[in-house]
Amino acid sequence: MPLTTNAKPQPATLYDKIWQQHVVDMHASGGSIIYIDQHFIHDVTSPQAFDMLSARGLPVFSPGSTLAVPDHNVPTTARELPIKDALSKQQIDVLKSNARANNITLFDLDDVRNGIVHVVGPEQGITQPGMTIVCGDSHTSTHGAFGALAFGIGTSEVAHTLATQTLVLHKSKNMKVTVNGTLPDHLSAKDIALAIIGKIGAGGGTGYVIEYCGETISALSMEGRMTLCNMSIEAGARAGMIAPDNKTFAYLKGRPSAPDAKKWDAALAYWGYFKSDCEAVFDKEITLDASEIVAMATWGTSPEQVIPVTGRVPNPYDFDDIVKKDAALKALEYMGLKAGQKLSDATLDRVFIGSCTNARIEDMRAAAKVLKGRKISSTIVQALAVPGSGLVKKQAEDEGLDVIFTDAGFEWREPGCSMCLGMNPDRVGPEERCASTSNRNFEGRQGPGARTHLLSPALAAAAAVAGHLIDVKELGE
Amino acid sequence: MEPFKNVSSIATPFQQANVDTDLIVPSRYLKTIKTTGIGEGLLYTLRFHEDGSPIKSSVFHQPLYANSAILLTGPNFGCGSSREHAVWALREAGYKVLIGTSFADIFASNCYKNGILTVTLPEDLVNELMCAAVAGLEMAVNLEKQEITTDEGRVISFDIPLARKDYLLQGLDEISLTLQSVDNIKAYQEERLQHLPWQSFD
Ligand code: SF4
Repeated sequence: MPLTTNAKPQPATLYDKIWQQHVVDMHASGGSIIYIDQHFIHDVTSPQAFDMLSARGLPVFSPGSTLAVPDHNVPTTARELPIKDALSKQQIDVLKSNARANNITLFDLDDVRNGIVHVVGPEQGITQPGMTIVCGDSHTSTHGAFGALAFGIGTSEVAHTLATQTLVLHKSKNMKVTVNGTLPDHLSAKDIALAIIGKIGAGGGTGYVIEYCGETISALSMEGRMTLCNMSIEAGARAGMIAPDNKTFAYLKGRPSAPDAKKWDAALAYWGYFKSDCEAVFDKEITLDASEIVAMATWGTSPEQVIPVTGRVPNPYDFDDIVKKDAALKALEYMGLKAGQKLSDATLDRVFIGSCTNARIEDMRAAAKVLKGRKISSTIVQALAVPGSGLVKKQAEDEGLDVIFTDAGFEWREPGCSMCLGMNPDRVGPEERCASTSNRNFEGRQGPGARTHLLSPALAAAAAVAGHLIDVKELGE
Repeated sequence: MEPFKNVSSIATPFQQANVDTDLIVPSRYLKTIKTTGIGEGLLYTLRFHEDGSPIKSSVFHQPLYANSAILLTGPNFGCGSSREHAVWALREAGYKVLIGTSFADIFASNCYKNGILTVTLPEDLVNELMCAAVAGLEMAVNLEKQEITTDEGRVISFDIPLARKDYLLQGLDEISLTLQSVDNIKAYQEERLQHLPWQSFD
């Protein structure tokens, strides 16, 4: 029986356990048919999937296991106005009509629960330990922070999930990333994530599911854990996960979709099973010492091109690997940087605090703490603070954070993916430089020709004040 | 899905590391509700200047590779966003086989679902094929035999799980195959909800 939790034939990892519990059958193509507990859909990657179902004359198998949240195309200003971009509007309208036609719950733009789908799921208590969760979006790895197996899928797989509530999968390998020691003040999960990617590379996790362990990880808040798991995909891993603990359970308690009081104890007992056995074997293990981590920022066009924010841009000719050297040469040209220059020498045009990586309440607090009583540099063209959901926005406003942001010179916006990717009106212009709390510094990601530096919310706030990249510690009074 | 047919063509040499799916298709080409019409956006910034004029030096504008159905790639190709649009754009441009040292997980899966073969080879062999492509040699990819043969007669064999190979060769439909297990899926779902009543849905 797939659901027994006391049979323990072999030491298993957290990933192994969730996998074993969700195997329904073998597929004729040689993969395993894995049951999916929760499916999130959004505006960009689902329209074609519904067409694939219609083409086969198939209904949605389990509408109640599906939640639709428009986020990518959403403008972050004046929500009550019609969306000007006809194509953006069409994608959102199609999501709405598909949801309606198939009895799928939708958090529409006028719903306070709307936001970036990876912020919304955990916030509602939908994301729970031991679950399998998918979405046509690579940052679905975020939900792994709750000890769920959560990963991004393509549109064909969105269609497969809609039609069968399962996916055909081949098991990934297990990787353990252990972080021990005390993280220095001012640093956050984002710095840990960037340090890990810098160490193992953007392809270092390819073929693996990462489990994050160690005292530094236990010490992270749920928000921090989500930031870390979110970035797993930037290391190439299919998913990232953290075993649930009391912090996880405390976060979930009382949320709308979490188990209610009557079912809570049974749920707790079940969730307790989801941790790696002591003797479990991982295919690869990496260890980091948190006390050695410093404030990080990217200099190039891949998240692996990352250095301490106070550091100097590397010289491409110092790379032994010819492919890495070529990549560095290209990146420097694109980024308008010179080998050996201080990262802090480059002047910034924009600052973006937001995205599914860093738009939760804790991120807003961290940025506001730096901004309080300060003003952004006059050289900054635009500084955006974009909460990850309507509820984060409300919470932040209740705490007065919006005033701190606007007093400092930031624009306080409606929730959405915003400047993380160039699909909605929030963009970085060609050759403009942006300090961004998002997850991708790819060429053109924030707009054609945009130059992105990834960093933590505190560093982004500090950068806005200084007008260039800077360690929070160096920011004067 | 269309069954995979053997391919004989010149290969486009594209040796760049960590080519992400934002680079393969910029997000402005994602504002479609169809799976076609995306080819125009394929590797746009590598093919066109900001003003829309072609970058003449781009390998994708070389007449030699105009009808190429094979793309030789650098490591970690297809990383980043899960957008299947990247694969649809490659398909529209006529690519049927991608050969490289490593492909990002979601991207490789998206290729497979669209009948595009990804071949993973050790670096020295990929480099050898890059050289052949630069020299203008054609190569033939035979999936049944799991072999790549260059015009010079060099034969390189590759691995692929048997089931995956059958799936591609027969052009099977994954959803229909899964629905053969529909009773098991329903039984599983029911049992799961009984054990985990808090995961209920109305
Ligand atoms: S915030 Fe960015 S990374 Fe996250 S879901 Fe939206 S577009 Fe994707």
